[in-house]
Amino acid sequence: MHALKLENLNKTYASGVVALRDVNLVVEEGDFFGLLGPNGAGKSTAIGIISSLVTKTSGQVAVFGYDLDTHRWEAKSALGLVPQEFNFNNFETVEQIVLHQAGYYGIPPRVARRRCERYLRELGLWEKRRAASRTLSGGMKRRLMIARALVHEPRLLILDEPTAGVDIELRRSMWEFLRHINRSDGVTIILTTHYLEEAENLCRNIAIIDDGEIVENTDTQSLLTRLGTHDFILDVQQDLDRLPEGLEFSLRPLGPRQLEVEVHKDQTLTRLFAQLAEAGIHVSSMKNKSNRLEELFLRLLRDRGPEDRRLA
Amino acid sequence: MYWRRTLIALATITHKEIQRFLRIWVQTLLPPAITMALYFIIFGNLIGPRIGPMDGYSYIEFIAPGIIMMAVITNSYSNVVSSFFGAKFQRHIEEILVSPTPNAVILLGYVAGGVSRGLLTGFIVTLVSLFFTRLHIHNLPVTISVVFLTSVLFSLGGFINAVFARKFDDISIVPTFILTPLTYLGGVFYSISLLPEFWRWVSMTNPVLYMVNAFRYGILGASDINIWTAYGLILFFIALLGSFSLYLLHRGTGLRT
Ligand SMILES: Nc1ncnc2c1ncn2[C@@H]1O[C@H](COP(=O)(O)OP(=O)(O)OP(=O)(O)O)[C@@H](O)[C@H]1O
Ligand SMILES: [Mg+2]
Repeated sequence: MHALKLENLNKTYASGVVALRDVNLVVEEGDFFGLLGPNGAGKSTAIGIISSLVTKTSGQVAVFGYDLDTHRWEAKSALGLVPQEFNFNNFETVEQIVLHQAGYYGIPPRVARRRCERYLRELGLWEKRRAASRTLSGGMKRRLMIARALVHEPRLLILDEPTAGVDIELRRSMWEFLRHINRSDGVTIILTTHYLEEAENLCRNIAIIDDGEIVENTDTQSLLTRLGTHDFILDVQQDLDRLPEGLEFSLRPLGPRQLEVEVHKDQTLTRLFAQLAEAGIHVSSMKNKSNRLEELFLRLLRDRGPEDRRLA
Repeated sequence: MYWRRTLIALATITHKEIQRFLRIWVQTLLPPAITMALYFIIFGNLIGPRIGPMDGYSYIEFIAPGIIMMAVITNSYSNVVSSFFGAKFQRHIEEILVSPTPNAVILLGYVAGGVSRGLLTGFIVTLVSLFFTRLHIHNLPVTISVVFLTSVLFSLGGFINAVFARKFDDISIVPTFILTPLTYLGGVFYSISLLPEFWRWVSMTNPVLYMVNAFRYGILGASDINIWTAYGLILFFIALLGSFSLYLLHRGTGLRT
């Protein structure tokens, strides 16, 4: 079952900016899907069209097989949205915001109150339920937007940069929460983010959008293996005055006792350690260089070349 | 199932709207009570006795229905215009737009909010007027239906204003330059039978005149106009503004980019 299907979606804003060009995208039920792309790529525009906040120029949107134009009620009920920007009524309380949202979806008050309590507790906002939304911190507001988006128990949850401006600890707990509702409640999740580490951690499938076009759409794993090389950071036991020569691996010093090494797909770590030992270098610890995705991302966009990128 | 959900959505918007104007009652309910009390003191008690009877009623009796109506009109209008514009401005209207709530329900909910405030204000002003004069109600069904329909009509007006408004100034232009003159010239303070023929004729083109007079008929039993004309006119405008509002919502004017 497709949780979301976009067909030939186009959007040209009244200002003449072409934000989406023939976007085709399918997200399967149960997926945890990442939509990545640089600023202004068209991510929020696509999400805006899916959630009926932006009118499309042409194309089709279907949520769980329901066309957004012809089966409004079913399509919209299946969808929950966490927008990029805060859009609360400043004067309403946390509880009012969540309960009103439930009401707009036609959920009876008794059920709404129960769910409101569940999600506010799970997101650590229960104590704040009587606080006006304007008095919340940025991180609390982000979580409130998630609670609000879940109160009608959508089968598809779309989050537009949910962790922007959120501290590391909170970000991790939000990841946990999202993983949990994806796994246990079977909610399909689509998320945009500029933290590629986040996408690498959470998403099973990733699409990259650039300048309104989908330039990549695959599973996270094969995207990463496509990097071809793996970068590691090694801590060594003795100060390195100079780098050993004649190794099959390219080394780069990061500090007196730290090295960065690039290992190709067809090379092995055993061989790396053997060669280092031969050169008298003993490795005390090793770690993955993070942000592999980030590298790939930059490479992909760079490969598209400046002449390929239409400057608006 | 569909109807039940739709009704819950309608009740939610209405409830939220009522909650809003009650929360800020110092800005919404108190000012009309004070302003209208001043009208009664100045025009009714101080100046009224010198003016003498109007259409066979003491001046204060004559103006009371008009003053109540004026409060209903301005409050219905300003409730919807400021609430809906505020929702657009703070963008929480998106909460409703992403939901499956049908456009007609969005409109009805906001209008219900405007009517609630309009009628509550009308009730408060009526209570205030009882300190100054006695009100016998000549025809209760007419009184209630006219005030209700007028409130619906001006709530719709406020809604349309809010849809087109882009900045805060835009929500006071219509009230200042159109609504206030129309109400003041709508026979609140005088009977148009006092006017020269030309001005009487001009006044007859003012829709507010019909509403004020129909309401006055309900209370006093006296009117400058035929009340059926008034009903026809109000219903016509409700149909007109109502369908225009729905059309705007459908197009997403001022709401969707
Ligand atoms: N309301 C609007 N009117 C006109 N142009 C717009 C509007 N909203 C977005 N755009 C333009 O459409 C393009 C895509 O913007 P969009 O917000 O979809 O990007 P994004 O991928 O979400 O970027 P970011 O990562 O910065 O949030 C940009 O060129 C932007 O300037
Ligand atoms: Mg965006």
